[in-house]
Amino acid sequence: MLQFILRRIAISAVILVLGSALMYFATINSGDPLQDLRETRAENREQLMEARIRNMNLDLPWWQRYLTWLTGAGKCLVLQCDLGTTRDGANVNSLLLGAAGASLRLVALSVALAIIIGITLGVLSAIRQYSGFDYSITFLAFLFFSLPVFWAAVLLKDFGAIRFNNWMADPQLTTVAMGVIAIVFGLLIASVLGGDIRRQALTFLVTAGVVFAAVFWFDRIGWWRQPALGLPLIIVGGLAALAFFLVLTVGLQHRRILYAGLGTLAVGVVSYFLVQPLIQDPSWGLVLLLALVSAVVGAAIGWFFGGFEKKTSMVVNIGTALAFGFLVFMDQLLRNWAGFLDVAPQGRPIGTIGDARIPSERLEGNFWIEIYNWGVQLILPTIVLTLISIAGYSRYTRASMLETINQDYIRTARSKGLSDRVVYTKHALRNALIPITTIVAFDFAALLGGAVITETIFGWKGLGAIFRDGLNTVDPGPVMAYYLVAGGAAVLMNMLADIAYAFLDPRIRR
Amino acid sequence: MNDKPPTSGGDRPEQDRPEVPGSGREGLSPVPAPQDKAAPQDPDTMDEVTDGTSADGAPEIYSVEKNIDLTGKSYSQGQLVRRRFFRHRGAMVSLVALLAITVFAFTSIGYGVIPGWWGKNFWEGALVENMGRPTLQLWPFEAGEYPFGQDNAGKDYFALTMRGTQRSLIVAFTVGILSTIIGTLVGALAGYYRGWVEAILMRVTDLFIVIPLLVMAAVFGKMAGGGIWPLAFLLSVLTWTGLARLVRGEVLSLREREFVAAAEAIGTSSSRIIFKHILPNTIGTIIVSATLAIAATILLESALSFLGWGVRPPDTSLGLLISTYQNSFQTRPWLFWWPGMIILAIALSVNFLGDGLRDAFDPRQNRTAD
Repeated sequence: MLQFILRRIAISAVILVLGSALMYFATINSGDPLQDLRETRAENREQLMEARIRNMNLDLPWWQRYLTWLTGAGKCLVLQCDLGTTRDGANVNSLLLGAAGASLRLVALSVALAIIIGITLGVLSAIRQYSGFDYSITFLAFLFFSLPVFWAAVLLKDFGAIRFNNWMADPQLTTVAMGVIAIVFGLLIASVLGGDIRRQALTFLVTAGVVFAAVFWFDRIGWWRQPALGLPLIIVGGLAALAFFLVLTVGLQHRRILYAGLGTLAVGVVSYFLVQPLIQDPSWGLVLLLALVSAVVGAAIGWFFGGFEKKTSMVVNIGTALAFGFLVFMDQLLRNWAGFLDVAPQGRPIGTIGDARIPSERLEGNFWIEIYNWGVQLILPTIVLTLISIAGYSRYTRASMLETINQDYIRTARSKGLSDRVVYTKHALRNALIPITTIVAFDFAALLGGAVITETIFGWKGLGAIFRDGLNTVDPGPVMAYYLVAGGAAVLMNMLADIAYAFLDPRIRR
Repeated sequence: MNDKPPTSGGDRPEQDRPEVPGSGREGLSPVPAPQDKAAPQDPDTMDEVTDGTSADGAPEIYSVEKNIDLTGKSYSQGQLVRRRFFRHRGAMVSLVALLAITVFAFTSIGYGVIPGWWGKNFWEGALVENMGRPTLQLWPFEAGEYPFGQDNAGKDYFALTMRGTQRSLIVAFTVGILSTIIGTLVGALAGYYRGWVEAILMRVTDLFIVIPLLVMAAVFGKMAGGGIWPLAFLLSVLTWTGLARLVRGEVLSLREREFVAAAEAIGTSSSRIIFKHILPNTIGTIIVSATLAIAATILLESALSFLGWGVRPPDTSLGLLISTYQNSFQTRPWLFWWPGMIILAIALSVNFLGDGLRDAFDPRQNRTAD
């Protein structure tokens, strides 16, 4: 295993170096770095040109310039990066530091979201093969595959930001909109839960009715500007989480764990009132501490009331407790939406161009408003990047899951009387996920490329913007800095995927 | 069948039970045995098939065809694929849509010196009428003077969009064909000869995991300088690796098969084995992959043009049109909708086409009947 990992690292390093040579060569040959100065009429033209030639070392042959860059970049291994200067003499290191964090955060968040949503959709559509749900997911996947990212981003900027802000000023839903929302939810839930046509119709009617009533009520009380979950909704959400974990592990018939989970929820309700004064203006440390406490409490309840299945019971109870805690967190976050609307510039919460955050020294607000201030700007780029890769994940997961379900050992598992739940979660899903690890690596690189597009449209000063400006001015410094981060991240992800693959599937360790 | 009590071994499945002698079905034994009634070697049935002569008097004793049912039509592999493809409704609709867009784009404003039937061209400005609103009416259908509206300089937006569609289609199909040829050749060589060709191929493929495709394409697109032909060639150089890897995988398994060993045994040359024996068996993978490459290229090219590294003014392309008018979305949304919808329509129909082809070539995962 160690040998396998070392070999992968060596190969990746060689590839990274080769890729950098290709990139450097292509970049410096993509145009004339002195173009704008040749056309200028400035009096100090000659001096400007000399300064630029000095900054970019244009008097040296290209391979010497490349070697200079390579040795500088090689020092990154001992954490003393020297990525050279831009054509104006600015230090690339400091340029990169500011940009890389924002972009990598954005991409990592999108990858995580895309993996979770995409794999869930893929598994569901494989289990419900040839259902209405499957066909809709397939069609949507094709649609997102074929959607030009930049076009979708501009559309989203208009609908998700400009029109959303307009709507937020005076939020009112028409009855038609409410009906559409209710029908969409009803169709979705009915086709996921499945069953014969009567059961599906019943599920649809109940869900649509409940959703319509809820949206109508929200609209009446002006929920959109002053949203909150409230204790009843938190309890309903907690029950749903408990049911979800039970269905995944032992099934709803298992009374012992069900009662333990209900006990966890009861403790959660009590602590909801206890922690209220604490979470009015907490810090991240406190939030993490509370999450840890709820996990420990859930684990303890699971342990004491688990009977013969202490481990499963603990998993279910920890999951339920964390979900409950998350709902309480969301409740508090939503309660502060109105406060954020008050401090948002011109009452328009979602920024469209650039980093529209309010600087922290001018922002007066508690912890929650800071979260909004930081997070709201991330929403639209994250949605765009997630949409790019969600289609791929769902298609691959569906194909891989279908292939697994048709294997002989699944038939054996079924024929010895295992329930659908055990067959799907224990036997099929684990094996179906193995090929997905490879796709994550490819996807990460693709998303870093996609960041170039989203950052252009949303006006972010991130990695993509560095690359764009660098390429437009035929300046290898910033371009190579982008390459170093993107390539390094991609190599790292690829290596992790390889190791995970070898770990999951012993056959490929050679 | 079940008119008498089962004999020994009552738990045997039905088809394993021996037939009752004299029932006329005893020949259908589960044990593989010579069952060809017309086979002249079978002593039991010899006198049954030697009863007649054909019209011209020649004996039909040795006729094998006589007892084979020839009423059901049989299909060759190619016919099967064609039938499955034509029955795939999504693929057929997409094919029609794609053909319609292509024909429309090339005939309406013409190509090169060939004139088109649309009266306006994409480079001449005019007086902006009615704020450049589109005059297209769906019901009752009426194209009007400027069906897609006019741009800032009063140019006909329909002609501009059609010109952009032409450019995008040319780039996409050139890249699709070229990268398929390169990918197939390299993949076949790597899979057949292994050795250093394979090593290089795998490392080059790894290279494109490291560099995001869009970024590499951006640098190459900037090198291309805005012309569509250099752009198409440079993009082909970048996009062949996926197919090469697929073809290599197929060739690796095919070269171990008996028919290749047989071909080698009779002294067939390597090139003939690759092109006549192995590659025809990978045609499904190649065609499907080429289709998907075309769809990916449409998106890649328009993204590059949008960012300013693909097709550049004074020429136009769909991505460039969207880029130019992205800020007009609030006031003149049609300038933004038309090119986007056309990119979406092309990419969607090519993707569906690829899906239909995949189902036709590899019907294991779908329900389309033969």
